[in-house]
Amino acid sequence: MSKISVKVDGVTYEDEVEPRTLLVHYLREQLGKTGTVVGCDTSNCGACTVHLDGRSVKSCNVLAVQADGHEVTTIEGLAGADGALTPVQEAFRDCHALQCGYCTPGMIMQATDLLAENPDPTEEDVRLGMEGNLCRCTGYHNIVKAVLQAAGARAGEHA
Amino acid sequence: MSISTEGVAEVVEERADVDRTDESSGPEVGKARRRKEDQRLITGRTRWTDNLQLPGMLHVATVRSPYAHATITGMDTTAATSSPGVVAVLTGQDVKDSQGSLPCAWPITEDQKAPPHPAIAVDRVAFSGEVVAVVVARTAAAARDGAELVDVDYDELPAALDLRESAADTTLAHPDLGTNRSAHWVFDSAEAGTGEDVEAAIAQAREDGVLIEREYRQQRLIPSFMEPRSVVVDPTGEQFTMWSATQVPHILRLMLALTLDVPESKVRVIAPDVGGGFGGKLQVTPEEVITFLAARHTGKPCKWTETRSESLLSAHHGRDQWQKLTLAATKDGTVTGLKVELLADMGAYLGLVTPGVPILGAFMFNAIYKFPAYRFECTNVFTNKTWTDAYRGAGRPEATFAIERLMDELAAELGRDPLEVREQNWIRHEEFPFTSVCGLEYDSGNYEAATARAKELFGYDELRAEQARRRESNDRVQLGLGVSTFTEMCGLAPSRVLGSLSYGAGGWEHASVRMLPSGKVEVITGSSAHGQGHETAWSQIVADQLGVPFEDVEVLHGDTQISHKGLDTYGSRSLVVGGQAVVKAAQKVIEKARPLAAHVLEANMDDLEFSSGTFTVKGAGEGQEGVSITELALKTFAAHDLPDGMEPSLDADATFDPVNFSFPHGTHLCAMEVDTETGESRMRSYVAVDDIGNVVNPLIVEGQVHGGLVQGIAQALWEEAVYDEQGTLVSGSFVDYTLPTTADTISFVTDRTVSPSTSNDLGAKGVGEAGCIASTPAVVNAIVDALRPLGIHDVTMPCTPERVWRTIQDSGSGGGATLPDAQPHFDEGAPNQDQPADAGQEGGQA
Repeated sequence: MSKISVKVDGVTYEDEVEPRTLLVHYLREQLGKTGTVVGCDTSNCGACTVHLDGRSVKSCNVLAVQADGHEVTTIEGLAGADGALTPVQEAFRDCHALQCGYCTPGMIMQATDLLAENPDPTEEDVRLGMEGNLCRCTGYHNIVKAVLQAAGARAGEHA
Repeated sequence: MSISTEGVAEVVEERADVDRTDESSGPEVGKARRRKEDQRLITGRTRWTDNLQLPGMLHVATVRSPYAHATITGMDTTAATSSPGVVAVLTGQDVKDSQGSLPCAWPITEDQKAPPHPAIAVDRVAFSGEVVAVVVARTAAAARDGAELVDVDYDELPAALDLRESAADTTLAHPDLGTNRSAHWVFDSAEAGTGEDVEAAIAQAREDGVLIEREYRQQRLIPSFMEPRSVVVDPTGEQFTMWSATQVPHILRLMLALTLDVPESKVRVIAPDVGGGFGGKLQVTPEEVITFLAARHTGKPCKWTETRSESLLSAHHGRDQWQKLTLAATKDGTVTGLKVELLADMGAYLGLVTPGVPILGAFMFNAIYKFPAYRFECTNVFTNKTWTDAYRGAGRPEATFAIERLMDELAAELGRDPLEVREQNWIRHEEFPFTSVCGLEYDSGNYEAATARAKELFGYDELRAEQARRRESNDRVQLGLGVSTFTEMCGLAPSRVLGSLSYGAGGWEHASVRMLPSGKVEVITGSSAHGQGHETAWSQIVADQLGVPFEDVEVLHGDTQISHKGLDTYGSRSLVVGGQAVVKAAQKVIEKARPLAAHVLEANMDDLEFSSGTFTVKGAGEGQEGVSITELALKTFAAHDLPDGMEPSLDADATFDPVNFSFPHGTHLCAMEVDTETGESRMRSYVAVDDIGNVVNPLIVEGQVHGGLVQGIAQALWEEAVYDEQGTLVSGSFVDYTLPTTADTISFVTDRTVSPSTSNDLGAKGVGEAGCIASTPAVVNAIVDALRPLGIHDVTMPCTPERVWRTIQDSGSGGGATLPDAQPHFDEGAPNQDQPADAGQEGGQA
């Protein structure tokens, strides 16, 4: 077992983990952060996407021990303490960018990272930037629309 | 609303903006309400089955056969049993007397053949991925470690893999059955008395008309819901409680009871948040039975959650048919008959509705057309592959693909516009209700209106002109326009119809509406959402019916203890059957409240009217005080002053059994650019005008259309479950089974026309499967249309760049010969071989 210290959604946890434990399993099973989910075993689907030190990673592709000393944000830590949704969360709801909602945490985390990097993306930027996240319900139309809308909302925020 | 081609994106934007403003006033039904479900889903406060952790819970891992067909000659579980954390190992031998046989609810013929379907194989495996043992351990990792240590000896047997060869019994998937042919099912309009004799129509066409003979392959697909399947069974207490990522908690409960000989009342099934299904979770799975058995064996809660690879390998697959088609027409383009001969791959076993999937398509090959003669015959065939079952559309996408491809081929043969030939043959709007050649009564529709609107949004004439220019200039990138004018039967289903098709259950749906003392309303529905937005749509319906705020309605579903009766969600049935049950229950509540309202208002019951949630006396005029249904709910609860004989309850149950299906339709137009040097194709635009009758929530409807479109497009372009010569699934991960991504897809142009259904009070038609049914032929028609100048009449799905390129290479310069891969043919000696090997390659035979 290895000892790790990870800050997750603003709280620092000290835990013992098996060295082979994936970050996503640590989040779900040891911390109860079940908002983050597993959709595949080949790093294709992106359902498990979280932020590691502010950048999106597929948490099935990171060992828990690699997160030692780092900061993780999950879908559960995105909204403000008062429950205020982020522009991306708002846009996903507003544009009906989710149906079953299983891919949604990963989509929202990826979109948030994409917009942090490129606050004013074109549709093509969004389509290329979200390529690593699979959705089977929406046909992506409304996901792309939501990300573009969130970009507009963010632009409005900063104006 | 602007409708120029340039402005099509704005049309969508504009309509969405209009929708956005209307949450505040007017009837709830028709509003683009943002979904109630979303708050928990966008903040990660979800309840997926795999989230569950119960005290003392054990984990189940499976050992699966690597062989497609083999005898199990030995199994050593010693190492697994002594592996750290392992509590139990269960093999087929251990459970052979208790596991029963997995259910098939749809024996399509009396003499249908089927092997026993064990949850854990006992002495023989019939497909690669079949469970041969399970390991139960204290952690998921320990269970997996233990599973790796189970040592199984196999003697490999010859495997039946090719569908057409298997139909000829060259190798037997189940030697004990003596044949691979499970059932043979026929519908003939002449025999049924619903139409004429197709052989006469074909003979006539051969003599002086047009015959289009084609063979199409419906490749094997994998539903690929995003949430992997997961099951938890808690055996403590008086009941077994099962949580499962299922579409069908009610059916599952009944089938578990029957399969395992447990009283139904001792089983509770909960479908918590479920991450998609698309038919893939319309099943009673081996793993559900196994987890149940493991929990019963250990006395502890047990959980099984699949990996994605396990899911692709063993969750049921979809489609997989060979279609042999003969379309007869007159020289002026009037279709006179259609003959359909199908081979349908069952895979190794029959699942819940496996044999019925092709039959659901049997009544849809005639589609929107009114030709008089039709014959359908289907042979269901076993192979040593993962079993198939329902996948979005289930039978109807296959049928729609066939007829819509054929109509394009007929138009090409006649040198006419494909929409014009369709119009010549389709049912005109004034002819509804229309009894089809299959004997179904189409409730309503307006193909002219949907087509006109689609052409307008698409810029059909302009694109045809551009296509002509590109053809003229021999452009390397050719433009193809694909048409799909589809209909489908949905809202499964009238119970009498299901009975006549030998289905094992009815097609009704149940609902309860309960007024709570606080004035809030609980709605319990027997349908079981897994992404469809029932909580929102049902709230809209009940808010209108009872005149209560949308926010005050709570919809409960997916737990057999709360929703004690139901037939669940599939076949685009939830709204048109389940939603109608909700309407009826709400109406009963109003009628139950009426005597109390009369009592309170000191009026005669017959003099009351109910509107916007309040009973008033008719004609009492302005300023008259009424009494609201929420006030009556509190009075009923208190029960201090009820009319004599009234029971203190404002709850009602309703079970709705539809008298007919509903028949949504639409016109989909697709423009594809095909690079004739690389075979690469690019979707340029896609317009979908759907008519699904009245709409409860346009936002949800659009989402259903978008999602369906991409699944259908994926069949046309990318997805295929591929097996190698040993029967191993090659496309066993998301690396190889290529779901489309944001980068592969485009934004769509969608619109609607409205022909209200007459099959339910809402006037609604199903929409869940529509996009998926319509889009596959639209895309393939577009690709073929682009390549027609090269003499190409077909490209086999999925139309990958390589397939398209090979088809072009083998076409020569404008010749008709194409490569075998792209122009499927039945092998010599195959049972349905009755035409020259090259038939179908040279276009129609005049």
